Amino acid sequence: MNSSSAHADSNSPAQQNIVPQDERVRKESSLKRFLGRPEFASLAGAILVFIVFGFAAGDSGMFNLDGVINWMQVAAYLGLISIGACVLMIAGEFDLSIGSMIGFAGMMVAIPTVYFHWPFWLAVMFAFAGSMALGWLNGYLVVKTRLPSFIVTLAFMFILRGLTLALSIMFANRTIVSGVGDLAAQDWLGSWLFTGNLGSGLFHWMATQGWIATAANGQPLVGGIPKVIVWWLVLALGASFVLARTRFGNWIFAVGGDANAAKNVGVPVKRVKTSLFVFTAFCACLFAVLQVADVGSAAADRGLQKEFEAIIAAVIGGALLTGGYGSVIGACFGALIFGVVQIGITYTNLNSDWFRVFLGVMLLVAVLFNNYVRRRVTEAR
Amino acid sequence: MDDTILALENVSKYFGSVIALQNVTLRLRKGEVHCLLGDNGAGKSTLIKTLAGVHKPSEGQYLVDGQPVSFNSPKEALDVGVATVYQDLALVPLLSVARNFFMGREPTKKVFGITVMDINYAAETARAKLAEMGIMVRDPHHAIGTMSGGEKQCLAIARAIHFGARVLILDEPTAALGVKQSFNVLKLIHKARERGISVIFITHNVHHAYPIGDSFTLLNRGKSMGTFTKDTVSKDEVLDMMAGGAEMQTLMNQLEGIQV
Repeated sequence: MNSSSAHADSNSPAQQNIVPQDERVRKESSLKRFLGRPEFASLAGAILVFIVFGFAAGDSGMFNLDGVINWMQVAAYLGLISIGACVLMIAGEFDLSIGSMIGFAGMMVAIPTVYFHWPFWLAVMFAFAGSMALGWLNGYLVVKTRLPSFIVTLAFMFILRGLTLALSIMFANRTIVSGVGDLAAQDWLGSWLFTGNLGSGLFHWMATQGWIATAANGQPLVGGIPKVIVWWLVLALGASFVLARTRFGNWIFAVGGDANAAKNVGVPVKRVKTSLFVFTAFCACLFAVLQVADVGSAAADRGLQKEFEAIIAAVIGGALLTGGYGSVIGACFGALIFGVVQIGITYTNLNSDWFRVFLGVMLLVAVLFNNYVRRRVTEAR
Repeated sequence: MDDTILALENVSKYFGSVIALQNVTLRLRKGEVHCLLGDNGAGKSTLIKTLAGVHKPSEGQYLVDGQPVSFNSPKEALDVGVATVYQDLALVPLLSVARNFFMGREPTKKVFGITVMDINYAAETARAKLAEMGIMVRDPHHAIGTMSGGEKQCLAIARAIHFGARVLILDEPTAALGVKQSFNVLKLIHKARERGISVIFITHNVHHAYPIGDSFTLLNRGKSMGTFTKDTVSKDEVLDMMAGGAEMQTLMNQLEGIQV
């Protein structure tokens, strides 16, 4: 209740029906509102990165079509898991087992396909079912034991990495299982969803028109948009929609903002959290399936440290470590920054060791900025 | 007896060997503001939780509309229209006014066959319902973290009323508030009464309870010291009973010049 209404004379009915304008409301400019959005930091960061590399590597081919597809693909892979990590962080939990899950899911695809001669589609289904079951177990343990998800998923980070190594030795007697590529490309599900490019006809046509660069044999350098980029965009739009426009999205924010309050008004807190652990595992498995289909092999060390990169991308994207605030679009810009810097640095004269230095600094700046935004949003003024 | 909407009859509650409540009787009439007064440790919290459906009474009966009830969860109490607004208010500071107002009970609509949350409806309804209770919302899409304590309290009460509360249990709604904000909350309680809602107002502040209350039940060390209607008891008498009159008198004599 504001001070003007407190003074309003409640005995006069005429005045009761008038909603007085609050004299204590300042008009906030739309620019200032935009600055308070969670995506702002990552968008600004992405623009900054583009400007820096535009100057440093503008004539090196980084911004040619093949260069763009190159770093977009890196961003897309990371983007997939950063979406999962971001949504889970908004709900107030972490998943440190994402990276190990990628390795494990990759093996769940590759070993049955190559050694048990399962059709590729069946192995993919199996991997998704297995990963999501493990994600559910993660979530179940977190909501049941009320232990911090940090600890529970840290345990799974080691358990799954160890299992990946042990089981691949047990079944295949090696830690790199190759020969999946052709099987995936010939499979109906693999060729439909996971291998190859989208719009290759269009790209060929553009090549014949001379609009895009071609190799010596007349084929376009870029044969289409890799499926992983399409998956990334679809998943980003889907997750943003759910967060912003559905009941479930409201529950995710509520659960992360204050789980107790959410429970008191009837939000099924445990169900929301558990389903998001499952979603994160789904994202990790999608990463693995796309990678296995693209590279043609699975390796026990795949996805190493990816959980941290995903969380960093989410944090750069404006997600708060304490939950209740964040943006999938922001996380995608975070992933884009990753891709541009990681690939862009090879186009410059800089040693690529600087990549990690840059990442760390970026993370620190993002966290400081996010804290500032949160204070602006939550503290009474 | 027939206009009693909610009643506790000789209710006791034990936690192991601890007697939290003993033979407490409380009858809430339709459309009254019933103040529950007691100092710290008097059993107020246990009583609220019993009413809200968190605890079941160890002995005695809990009646709603004259029918004995036994709630297994706060949700069941809510379903018969007994809503409790706790001190933590069950609000999420990072969420907007509209999203908080409808948290857990989001309005939906269909867009191209997909069920989505109707955010505009939520915002308009939240604004309208709060305006009805005399609360002007600056912007229903603003995070409530920026609101004052009194505004949040009012929002939580308005939300409970909007979702069909017939009995409103308010746990120390004025405890953390300044003078003007407390006054706003009291005004809101008055508005709720005008709409026929019965209110149980828990407080230890007689100065807040006395002006708004129709009847007063006093708790002391787990026992009820009786229920008094406003015309049978004065503010000072209430205060005396609450603090254990004689004790307070000695204290006041020691602190000469200080008036409560």
